[in-house]
Amino acid sequence: MIRYANPARFMDLSGAILPWLAAAAAALLAAGLYLGLFVAPGDYQQGDTVRIMFVHVPAAWTAMMAYALMAAASLVGLVWRHPLADVAAKTAAPLGALFTALGLVTGSLWGRPMWGAWWVWDGRLTSFLLLLFLYLGYIALWNAFEEETRAARAAAILALVGAVNLPVIEFSVQWWTTLHQGESIVRKGGPLISAVFLWPLFAMALGYTLLFFSLWMLRMRTEILDRRARSLMLAGET
Amino acid sequence: MSAFWAMGGYAAYVWPAYGVSLLSLAGASWLAWRGYRRARARLAALEGSKPR
Repeated sequence: MIRYANPARFMDLSGAILPWLAAAAAALLAAGLYLGLFVAPGDYQQGDTVRIMFVHVPAAWTAMMAYALMAAASLVGLVWRHPLADVAAKTAAPLGALFTALGLVTGSLWGRPMWGAWWVWDGRLTSFLLLLFLYLGYIALWNAFEEETRAARAAAILALVGAVNLPVIEFSVQWWTTLHQGESIVRKGGPLISAVFLWPLFAMALGYTLLFFSLWMLRMRTEILDRRARSLMLAGET
Repeated sequence: MSAFWAMGGYAAYVWPAYGVSLLSLAGASWLAWRGYRRARARLAALEGSKPR
């Protein structure tokens, strides 16, 4: 890992991987959309609203994975002061915020016909809303400091403190009474939903994940180029 | 085909969910790509104006 963790190597490696990653993401999303909209039947209880699952669950999973990655990168940045780790954490945040917002909006659009409410203040929804605020707070902290290293440190501490929210989201459906569906996919004894729903869900989930990694890499590359440009400009001024 | 678009009476929920998801992901991809191209052009201009 450390061998690849310098910006020049990262640029080489990510430049080679990125087109394949983006193509795989597009293919999986296309397959997932086809399976989810045309092959999967309506659910016997939920009717066609069950299809919202294929855009809701992958967004929520990706949002949480993005936060875990952002927190891990923040830790590496804090402990080893590695500049690439700061770039990784910083560029993950807006993407994580987007996937979180998508999880909230699609969940709301699913909740209204099935629960009769756009929103309820239960453990799962509230902790997931907190995830959005953590991302937004993290982005705001980065922008609040002039000096990059101080901004990185402050933001990293927020990211690590906020990581406590991840297990809260995960176990919220067990800890508190809720309208939200409990664990039905990753659980002891296997998934509770049938294969005709699982395939589109997995295709979409993997597609969302690979799309996140593609966009993350692209944004990291952009940030590295920007930093080079800034240091060139500083060198030109002196 | 019209049955497909009707989504069993839930069209008002299913299609906005898909629409907002796909549009935002496409938009985010386009923004990331545009940002990358701009950063690359900016750096190339800087390096070109001041050869090392």
